[in-house]
Amino acid sequence: MRTHARPWWQRALLTREMLTILILVVAWVVASAAVQGFDGPLTITYLVLDVAPVLLIALPMTLIIATGEIDLSVASVVGLSSVTFGLLHQAGLGLWVALPVSVLLGAVCGAVNGALVAYAGLPSLAVTIGSLALYRGLAVGLLGTTAVTDFPESWTDGATENLGESPYPVITLGLVALIAVFAVLLHATPFGRNVLDIGRSSEAARFSGVDVKRTLLILFVLSGAVSALAGVYYTLRYGSARGDNATGMELQVVAAVLLGGVSIFGGRGAIHGVVAGVLLIGVLSSALRLEGVTVNVINIVIGTALVVSVVAPRIAGGVRVRRRGAVGQRT
Amino acid sequence: MKFTSVLAAGTAAVLALGLSACGSGGDDGGGGGTADVTITMLPKNLGNPYFEASTAGAQEAAEELGATVEEVGPDTASPDAQVPFINTAAQQGVSALVVSANDPTAIGDALDEARSAGTKVVTFDSDTEPQFRDLFVNQASAEGIADKQLELISDQIGGKGEIAILSASANATNQNAWIAIMEEKLASDYPDIELVETAYGDDDDQTSFDKTAALLQSHPDLKGIVSPTTVGIAAAARYVSTSEYKGKVAVTGLGTPNQMREYVEDGTVEAFALWNPTDLGYLATQAAAALVAGDITGEEGDTFEAGRLGEYTVGADGEVLLGEPYVYDASNIADFDF
Repeated sequence: MRTHARPWWQRALLTREMLTILILVVAWVVASAAVQGFDGPLTITYLVLDVAPVLLIALPMTLIIATGEIDLSVASVVGLSSVTFGLLHQAGLGLWVALPVSVLLGAVCGAVNGALVAYAGLPSLAVTIGSLALYRGLAVGLLGTTAVTDFPESWTDGATENLGESPYPVITLGLVALIAVFAVLLHATPFGRNVLDIGRSSEAARFSGVDVKRTLLILFVLSGAVSALAGVYYTLRYGSARGDNATGMELQVVAAVLLGGVSIFGGRGAIHGVVAGVLLIGVLSSALRLEGVTVNVINIVIGTALVVSVVAPRIAGGVRVRRRGAVGQRT
Repeated sequence: MKFTSVLAAGTAAVLALGLSACGSGGDDGGGGGTADVTITMLPKNLGNPYFEASTAGAQEAAEELGATVEEVGPDTASPDAQVPFINTAAQQGVSALVVSANDPTAIGDALDEARSAGTKVVTFDSDTEPQFRDLFVNQASAEGIADKQLELISDQIGGKGEIAILSASANATNQNAWIAIMEEKLASDYPDIELVETAYGDDDDQTSFDKTAALLQSHPDLKGIVSPTTVGIAAAARYVSTSEYKGKVAVTGLGTPNQMREYVEDGTVEAFALWNPTDLGYLATQAAAALVAGDITGEEGDTFEAGRLGEYTVGADGEVLLGEPYVYDASNIADFDF
């Protein structure tokens, strides 16, 4: 059992989320001081544009992982929505129609995952590895190796344009709004409490009256819809709808969520930690790239940080349990 | 406990960042005095021998010019993966960016931003839409490729006899354009050579191998096979090298030295063509330096000196043509590794 030996304000500051934020700040300060070119205004612009899709998808992913489940099909949904958006545009539909249709299709993709996990009772890891291949296959199959690129400039500019003279892209507003929505959803609603309860013990949650199946279904639908939205953004940012867009992005998303302090076993996690996790990966990649470090080394640094952040609590937990002579304690 | 874990992870990450910053700080001190021209070389992906050759050419040119070249790039050849590297070049304010585009439009916005930050953009090997770059260094013209292949096959079969073409797929744009020119030139300039069949190996090794066998069986008098695709020529050479036709039927076309080395060494293939990627990287870097120096602006008709390759003129749409395809044979194949 955890004893509250420290005063509340220390407990608030010594959370895992605060630490990720602290490391983010330190990384930013170190990079600004030591990395040539990092302190320019372009850094913020590119950072926001680069992390936007990962940040978007990480929001619903936080809730899914907090229930102890996972959705690995997100990057494939990005690809499928990108292709759908492109094909609808090619077919002559306005983008104001193509956008909601693409997001709706993403929601359907998520609903398929959710139904299989929640109602058929299959493990989400297996289900979404399957749909990762399925949705990517559909995306590549629909468009082949070609790309749709003739999007109107007003839309593609909108995806990268800055707010007035500031270094912040216009999309920052949308990102902040969505972060706020998910933060409220997880931390200030009964739905969010249910999510964390399911993560601690799905059995116990069900006995205490939580509709576990419905909650999971909603989360996967949200994940699909937000991934599809990220797919539309991705398409407009690069002005190119392709079946292989965002291949492998699911791993960046999961990495950011775990770095942000969400437990892979479920039951704990906070949106502000995940936002810091996403930004931390973005800042590290940006600074290392400016240093001319090759992409393999960047992957090694981020991969190591991730492994350490997941493994260290287990080791630290094991040491503490042994020291206390307690048995069978799991945090 | 949670504190310790993230602390460990974060420390590792920040340490890595700090260390790399120190490392490069040393480099800057060493070369900063003379080299004002900084060039970023961005191939389609890293670890690709073809682009290693072009980067070697870029380094060679940079040394002659007193410029510095840094090669960066993604590990996969996807278009969006190039964008962060273009952004980084803009942040660094490098003088020029030399890039082989993974997509003609997807990296356009990023290139626009880099150019508005004052960076000159030269594409090589794979172009973007013309409005996104200052110059495109083109490895070969369709006409040059067609001419060179006809010249090779004609030399190898003594100027007369039956030949066949082993192409990629039936709707491959590049190959079809080359074949159309070759057919035209065969009719006008090579009256004694007869093109008896054009087969399609679909750029698949096994299919190309089988089609080679079929060509040789159905045309017993065949003197040579021209394969304007690297997959096709390697498969054709492999079939011929272990058959009774070795030394009797010539195989030529477009190939890469690493794939063709054993067939050149065992005498199956006398010579084949491709552009020289080292020269391509060299010329692209020379062109970038000329843009940075203000010697040229990328207008049609601009001329510049490209070191050991001589003088070049900018053509229509800001294109600079490397020249005739390069011929690889037993005398020079050992010098190439791609």
